[in-house]
Amino acid sequence: MRIAVLIKQVPESSSVRIDPETGTMVRSGVEAVVNPLDLYAIEVALMIRERNGGEIVALSMGPPAAESALREAVSMGIDAAVLAADRRFAGSDTWCTGYVLAAALRKLGPFDLILCGERATDGDTGQVGPGVAAFLDLPVATYVSNVPDFGPGLCRVDRLTEDGYEHLEVQLPAVLTVVKEAASPRLPTLRGKQRARNAEIAILRAEDLDVDLDRIGLKGSPTRVVRTFQPKVTRQCRRLPARDDAEIELAADQVIEFLRQRNLL
Amino acid sequence: MPGTEKTTIGETAFQGVWVLGEQRDGRVLRITHELIARGRTLADKCNARLTAVLVGRDFERAALDDLIARGADAVLAVKAPELAHFRVEPVATCLVHLIEMRRPAIVLAGATSTGRTLAPYIAARTEAGLTADCTELDIEAESGGLIQIRPAIGGNIMASIRTPDHRPQMATVRPRSTRPAKPVPGRTGRIETLKPPRQWLHSRTRRTGFTPSPDEHGLHEAEVVVVAGRGIGKAENLDTVRALADSLDAALGASREVVDRGWHSYPHQVGLSGKTITPRLYVGVGVSGAIQHLAGMQTSEHVIAINNDPDAPIFQVADIGIVGDLFDVLPVLTRKLQQARHRARAALSVKAREP
Repeated sequence: MRIAVLIKQVPESSSVRIDPETGTMVRSGVEAVVNPLDLYAIEVALMIRERNGGEIVALSMGPPAAESALREAVSMGIDAAVLAADRRFAGSDTWCTGYVLAAALRKLGPFDLILCGERATDGDTGQVGPGVAAFLDLPVATYVSNVPDFGPGLCRVDRLTEDGYEHLEVQLPAVLTVVKEAASPRLPTLRGKQRARNAEIAILRAEDLDVDLDRIGLKGSPTRVVRTFQPKVTRQCRRLPARDDAEIELAADQVIEFLRQRNLL
Repeated sequence: MPGTEKTTIGETAFQGVWVLGEQRDGRVLRITHELIARGRTLADKCNARLTAVLVGRDFERAALDDLIARGADAVLAVKAPELAHFRVEPVATCLVHLIEMRRPAIVLAGATSTGRTLAPYIAARTEAGLTADCTELDIEAESGGLIQIRPAIGGNIMASIRTPDHRPQMATVRPRSTRPAKPVPGRTGRIETLKPPRQWLHSRTRRTGFTPSPDEHGLHEAEVVVVAGRGIGKAENLDTVRALADSLDAALGASREVVDRGWHSYPHQVGLSGKTITPRLYVGVGVSGAIQHLAGMQTSEHVIAINNDPDAPIFQVADIGIVGDLFDVLPVLTRKLQQARHRARAALSVKAREP
């Protein structure tokens, strides 16, 4: 079985700070990590390899610094890592990102399975996984909550929806986006870290891929961010102390009055 | 797609607003009515027609008429047995063909498990601009283009996004970020049903079964959600929080810490690695309010937090913050809520009996 895992490097979310003047993200001094939701996809890939054998390739698109995210994947046990890095990719929206990653997967393939996290914690779109499937004309199952098992030419997955779990049989090759429930990511081993330090990260540039240069990067992106701003803080927290019985009674009454006024009872 | 012409404006006019509705077993879901509310506002602003699109096995005529009453100018019902349950390939193929033939300028879907799978698949194929999980939409006065506003970086900033040259302009819309459109009797519109050709219905995915979630109240559907945080201390104490949830007729959610400790199951997790919810009322019990949690709940309409740490970040996004020990507060609050609801119900039934 040959598996690709798509990963993204993101700023560590608890250390994100927003410049109150400009409303933009302060990037300096912020640690960059593998998108936490991609770790579940990496773990699912590793568990499939343990059961079924095969090879796992991690693929990312990003600046040269994203190499460290790929090394982190290697330290967990991924076999090979490839980074699509080219200044012409910069500013790509989800359409262009899916387009480039699909071209890279064609180049590196064939793969039986392409695994993705549910979404990245910075852009928070979840659009790249299904987009890649569409570009490659593959079936996709999103929100997969189990480590798939395999039948002849297919995989069986559980898909978490708003009201339960769908059980699906998906023909291979397929794209799966996985949720946290699927697996608990392992920690890198010491040997894995050593391997990661020396691992060769292959670089793919635009000319290595069958892509239309007018369809990549900021100028090829259908969408444009025109403005960012801080969300309006409309809530003024009314603090109700509740440290003794009398205060608790009073606080509870005030909550009930609040709910009654807003027709929430 | 490579080698094909770009679908940019200026070739043939792209007109009209489409909303991609959702159904379960032929029943139209609430998100459809929310999308109609959104679509109606946009269509009025750019003087366009609003079409509600439904894909499924079959629909009752009344359900389609209802979409007209709620504000659609036209309904397009795509019907086939293969479309009974959402599977991305046949649904996307039908919609890609219809979008290419009829050229809507704007296509909205729900930011649901269905919409967030379907919309990017369609956008890749049609070379459309797509923005995820929008909480506000507007029409730019000068260009007539769609302005899509969404939270980014875990809700720390809002981004305003446009699609300058590509059509259609697509967006998924956060569920419950607007009220569903109400039916207005007497509205008229055109209802069209369409049986797609066989070759549109091909799928490499088979649905072999479904296990419904055991909860009475799903997090997504709930008007009120009570969320338990690490402050509850141990699994057994979840029952105390559940009692509060029951007194509010609420769904019971959990923070990441609570799920990671195995006190509640993953489908209940609220936050960055779980679900994003927008209920009318969120009540956080022993939730400190890590940035990852706030990302999943700060667009709730009203927020109440109970925590004994006066510096807990959850208070920064709360309307009311009860600063105290949740084990002292919860029994009193639960009892008073039960009484208040009991009184409210009694008052209602008295009213109902009056001539």
